[in-house]
Amino acid sequence: MIQPVILWTDALVFLLVVVVLVFALYARNKEHLRAPWRQVVRSRMAVASLVVLSAYTVTGLLDSIHFRTALPETAGQREIQYSGEVLSVLDTLLGPVRTQVEKSYSAPFATHLYTRESVTTGEGETVRIFPRLQFGGAHLADPAHKGADIAARSAIAAAQAVSATAALYLLAGVMLARRRRRPLFAMLGQLARGETEIPWRTALLAVLLIALLVALLANLSAAYHVLGTDKVGQDVLYQSIKSIRTGLVIGTLTTLVMLPFAVFLGMMAGYFRGWVDDVIQYLYTTLNSIPGVLLIAAAVLMMQVYMANHPELFETMAERADLRLLFLCLILGVTSWTGLCRLLRGETLKLRELDYVQAATAFGVSRATILVRHLLPNLLHLVLIAVVIDFSGLVLAEAVLSYVGVGVDPTTLSWGNMINGARLEMAREPMVWWSLLAAFTFMFTLVLAANLFSDAVRDAFDPRLRR
Amino acid sequence: MEPQQLLIRAPVTRSAWIAGMLAAIALAACSEHPWNSPYPAQQADQNILYSSFSERPKHLDPAQSYSSNEVVFTGQIYEPPLQYHFLKRPYQLEPLTAARLPAPYYLDQAGRRLAADSPAADIAFSVYDIEIKPGIRYQPHAAFARNAQGRYLYHELSGADLDRINTLADFAETGSRELVAADYVYQIKRLAHPRLHSPIFGLMSEYIDGLQEYAETLEQADRQQQSRQAQQLFLDLRDYPLSGVQVLDRYRYRVKIRGKYPQFLYWLAMPFFAPLPWEAERFYSQPGMSERNITLDWYPVGTGPYMLTVNNPNRQMIMQRNPNFHGERYPREGEAGDREAGLLADAGRPLPLIDTVIYSLEKENIPTWNKFLQGYYDASGVSSDSFDQAIQIGSGGDISLTPELREKGIQLNTAVATSISYMGFNMLDPVVGGDSERARLLRQAIAIAMDYEELISIFANGRGIPAQGPLAPGIFGYREGQAGINPYVYNWSGRGPQRKPVEEARRLLAKAGYPDGRDVETGKPLALYFDTTGGGPDDAARLNWIRKQFAKLDIQLQIRNTDYNRFQDKMLKGTAQIFQWGWNADYPDPENFLFLLYGNNGKVEHNGENAANYRNAEFDRLFERMKNMENGPERQQVIDRMVEILRHDAPWVFGFHPKQFVLYHDWYHNAKTNLMANNGLKYRRIDPQLREQKRQAWNQPVVWPLGVLGLLLVLAMLPAVIAYRRHENQRVQAVQS
Amino acid sequence: MLAYVVRRALYAIPILVGVNLITFFLFFVVNTPDDMARMHLGMKRVTPDAIEKWKAERGYDRPLLYNAQADGSDRLTATIFFDKSVRLFGFDFGSSDAGRNIGADIKQRMWPSLAIALPQFLVGLLVYVSFAMLLAFFRGSYLDVSGVVLCVVLMSISGLFYIIAGQYVFSKLLHLFPVSGYEPGWLAWRFILLPVVIGVIAGLGSSGRVYRTFFLEEIGKDYVRTARAKGVPETRLLFRHVLKNAMVPILTGVVVVIPTLFMGSLIMESFFGIPGLGSYTIEAIQNQDFAIVRAMVFLGSVLYILGLLLTDISYTLVDPRIRLS
Repeated sequence: MIQPVILWTDALVFLLVVVVLVFALYARNKEHLRAPWRQVVRSRMAVASLVVLSAYTVTGLLDSIHFRTALPETAGQREIQYSGEVLSVLDTLLGPVRTQVEKSYSAPFATHLYTRESVTTGEGETVRIFPRLQFGGAHLADPAHKGADIAARSAIAAAQAVSATAALYLLAGVMLARRRRRPLFAMLGQLARGETEIPWRTALLAVLLIALLVALLANLSAAYHVLGTDKVGQDVLYQSIKSIRTGLVIGTLTTLVMLPFAVFLGMMAGYFRGWVDDVIQYLYTTLNSIPGVLLIAAAVLMMQVYMANHPELFETMAERADLRLLFLCLILGVTSWTGLCRLLRGETLKLRELDYVQAATAFGVSRATILVRHLLPNLLHLVLIAVVIDFSGLVLAEAVLSYVGVGVDPTTLSWGNMINGARLEMAREPMVWWSLLAAFTFMFTLVLAANLFSDAVRDAFDPRLRR
Repeated sequence: MEPQQLLIRAPVTRSAWIAGMLAAIALAACSEHPWNSPYPAQQADQNILYSSFSERPKHLDPAQSYSSNEVVFTGQIYEPPLQYHFLKRPYQLEPLTAARLPAPYYLDQAGRRLAADSPAADIAFSVYDIEIKPGIRYQPHAAFARNAQGRYLYHELSGADLDRINTLADFAETGSRELVAADYVYQIKRLAHPRLHSPIFGLMSEYIDGLQEYAETLEQADRQQQSRQAQQLFLDLRDYPLSGVQVLDRYRYRVKIRGKYPQFLYWLAMPFFAPLPWEAERFYSQPGMSERNITLDWYPVGTGPYMLTVNNPNRQMIMQRNPNFHGERYPREGEAGDREAGLLADAGRPLPLIDTVIYSLEKENIPTWNKFLQGYYDASGVSSDSFDQAIQIGSGGDISLTPELREKGIQLNTAVATSISYMGFNMLDPVVGGDSERARLLRQAIAIAMDYEELISIFANGRGIPAQGPLAPGIFGYREGQAGINPYVYNWSGRGPQRKPVEEARRLLAKAGYPDGRDVETGKPLALYFDTTGGGPDDAARLNWIRKQFAKLDIQLQIRNTDYNRFQDKMLKGTAQIFQWGWNADYPDPENFLFLLYGNNGKVEHNGENAANYRNAEFDRLFERMKNMENGPERQQVIDRMVEILRHDAPWVFGFHPKQFVLYHDWYHNAKTNLMANNGLKYRRIDPQLREQKRQAWNQPVVWPLGVLGLLLVLAMLPAVIAYRRHENQRVQAVQS
Repeated sequence: MLAYVVRRALYAIPILVGVNLITFFLFFVVNTPDDMARMHLGMKRVTPDAIEKWKAERGYDRPLLYNAQADGSDRLTATIFFDKSVRLFGFDFGSSDAGRNIGADIKQRMWPSLAIALPQFLVGLLVYVSFAMLLAFFRGSYLDVSGVVLCVVLMSISGLFYIIAGQYVFSKLLHLFPVSGYEPGWLAWRFILLPVVIGVIAGLGSSGRVYRTFFLEEIGKDYVRTARAKGVPETRLLFRHVLKNAMVPILTGVVVVIPTLFMGSLIMESFFGIPGLGSYTIEAIQNQDFAIVRAMVFLGSVLYILGLLLTDISYTLVDPRIRLS
């Protein structure tokens, strides 16, 4: 028995998915919108990043389906009672990685705690030793066999990954062969040599890489803490994976918040000019003048006041943390719409003087129609470029905000919180490096992929760069 | 031909540049001063102690300063009549500027003198006559500067006089004068000053006779003065007598206390009761001074061993030896073991032993810790996470340093702080609070489940001992061993207290009507709320840990995290449920802990320090009795009963008493921790030569990675340059042919 | 020109009023005067009486925006907003809630901020331009490709990593620089070097890449092709013509940040213990010192507006075709 829980950000994330799907369907039949995308997927770099981004997105989406499980029935119970803990589909998939909590720090693949503890031996003597972990490598009778065990598990993982990718390769071959009406073997050869228009070989290699990683983690993480554990013994791998959703939410929802402001106000200012322009310019100059950190700090504090005054509205901790995340997106959106707004205003100013707009005006087409039909489609590429470029910046900004103390809720797992905590760990002797490294790697991969992808998108959409 | 010229020239310039750089490096390496030293080279051999402060002190005015980070400074500058003996334990008061420890005599309501052993109920007033030593002089200060005619030079400054003045040091002349009893009286009057908001005014007005009325008098006088002059000027407290505090003669003054209040002597060892010369207040209250940040809050005036010469709270604060210091000497006796530990090596030497103390602003923990390891701070006094792993606990539970640190000669000092960190239940809460059996069992179950041993080992790395009751070790009334354990939470294992198993807690929970964390009637899972402020990275781990503890009982703990103000608000309104709180003792007396649970100190009702809003009639009655008793078996008995009531009612989970770990280098001497005394700086000694030697040994710059990096860059460039040259040559050839 | 500058300066006034109102609103929504008093009076033994006195002394006992009890113009002027905001326009920041004079503190803390920000700005500009030029010079070669990849990689790393790693490697392992601290005067260079180097490296990714496109755009233009066809050597072409023209978008783009250099960097300063204005702001937010926050926001806005003005002027200077109107 489960009770679905829809958090605010969940709803918005899925709204965003729907918007993207609708846009994709719309763009399918419009050649001028399809062409640049076709160019994007022809770039090997873009395809590889797209595969990585998809992996992140899938993880994030799985982590956005939340529910509460029912508690076992007791005598005298009138209705079903649900646990106060909100889980996601990802949590259930990660299973043991989430629940296998040690006492404190342990290094990646360790079988013993990282710190000494007083243990009373059979003879009643107290000794200081590194105790065995409760879960990490607990199946090993002798920790010395760890290497062989890891190798064996890795071999299985590699086999799984290779076979999965091979199956995908065959599938792609069959599909392409059928569509192009060519013999299967020739098609497979073409795929393997990388002679297709869309770089399927690169995509498959990227998939292989990710499959390998996933298989390795799946095989190893049940028996070991692949990336170690943190101060209270939580698995660092689990934290890093859970942080994906936080990063994606901040990167995407912020733009969702900002877009209506930026597009609407930017076009209004550029098209109507006069006092409308003055007011909008005044608005964004004023907002721009205020140091962003202050604005964010004040907004976050404000929301805390609201939550403190209305505790009955937030049944679970997940809801409180979620609202803070949403608020952060909102306020980041408010501080970041000005740049795009200015850009769109300038572009609209140029566009409204063009012949076809002038002609439409002369024909008596209503202003709203001109804005939506004639101007908006010609600004979309700017919006798209801004969105993909802003994404990586926002993911990075989260870490800095956490440092300043106005980031996501401290109980929310995020890379920013991990890095922030790692600052203290770096000073430990011997150093605890794995949290920092894990957060760095996960974040870096996402941002790098996003940056590479945004490059390709910009090349394809920016008419000035098209050569 | 230009590109070739450029290419030919380039390597030459580059190699010249590299040579220059190498020369510079060699030059720098020759100079003895380590590259990473944050201090100027000329300070290397000087008798200077280096320390840090993380937050700028808000008040250095002795009437206002209360925080521990302020006392670091005020304790060295101001001298109250009494102090704690540096070495002796248990803590013992001794005269500082006073000639002897004052002994009160008692009066009844009619003003008749009573015998010393009269019952507390008969005593209407306690009178303290305090005599100070003659010949003590203030530090040199502009406020005392006088010309030949004896007129104060800087008491009638005009705007033009202040034109070139930016800091206190810009006043050319300084003066001094002898400390007199009137200065002490003046300061006690200042506690009631309408513009100062002394934090202890509320408390002291209950005890010092006439202080409450005095505050009203001053308020009126202040209003009158303000109606005459727009600016807030000097309010001369000498013009307004205070009935309970009087100057007897040049060296003697009298304080009249309502009722019997033996703890008053402890207050006399705090800067609140230090002397303050009227000249200083007159001087600082002139117009134009506060605009230049020249105020008593930033430039204290005292008789102590040090004076604050540089106060730039944005960067650095420097204290220097007070040339007029009255020649106090290092104590000649200590407790057992002090002589062996070398703590009496300086016995009889005139204090202070260090010339200058430089405090630098450090906002972050990591740099502070790293600088300590590099030898740029002499002691790492703050209990911070940074030295978690510096310490290991030996097989016998003895604490020692890790080999790496021991190799550096770093030493360790530990002391259990006279403070407690506890988890409180709001007794007004319908679920966890109240006197019902159900709530009490729930609280007791939680007390067992909160595994403070684990908390200490994870978050404090063993720096603490689990509390068995509200009293900290070293305080009268604290009991050691089996007699001292909390029988509701611990069993006695023969060697030490053993926390009861979680099953026991689950049993209590079931008895309370929450089997497996579910309400026995509705089946609803029990959800409790933890109210807290923190938002830092370490708080996240701590909150996770606390949730883990409650999960052992299948209780859902929801964290309600807000900012500091909102948290205060909740506490004041009594809407919090479970919270974490701490208390740092003002003085070593059980009253200073037990008053935290006294009903009339309830936070919601009386805005007091009883954050749990606990009220138990028997406890309150015993508290009123215990308060005025002399230490002895009878008092112990009363305290035992009070502690037993608390353990049974469990308004707190008695958390732990943090241990203070001080790490210091082996050139730092006389480092005995005294948690009560705040003027320990004058006893410290350093060996600057040894420090300089070690600093140089530890901080040899490592340059080769830079060279490797440069080489790699050149290598990366090389093929491109070659390709370009070939390309250019081809072009030239093509043009020629 | 002068008329334009005056007009822009006048235009700044409503913006500053708006900024002031927003700051004021944001701060007082979360921070009632009672909260501030409690924060400043400390934790132990604070009485409601002391809080009232604290507020009265600092003028926080008045209504926020409208005083119904007062008469005439006092209804608007005898309020916290009027009292605390109007004097800002004369750059009179008053004293902080902790009792220190803000103007004096700003004057003192401005220099360390500038000592970090200015070298970082200048060295950064030099490094980024040379780097971009190098890539443009070797365009299409492996050097260019790996340079661009390097840029993207550098861009993908969080700024905090640069600081944490830089401090760890250079100060802790190699003993080359002090971990943190500051010293006024010329001795400051030892403390400034590491933050500057880290700041420059952290900015290399984005700036280097953008400047590279500026150069490539310029190289692609007709006059460059003509010059090359005429046999002008590549290096001279790059240094004489391309550099000069590509500097126009670069310089006009960076002018806006010049005045804000005074404000310092929030994170760099608190990591390196530099007593500048950036750490001043952060501390004020953490200590909830409204007076300082308001002063810093006001200062930041003024400097930002000044930057915009400078940008406009610089456009006219580099391109005579644009006239200010």
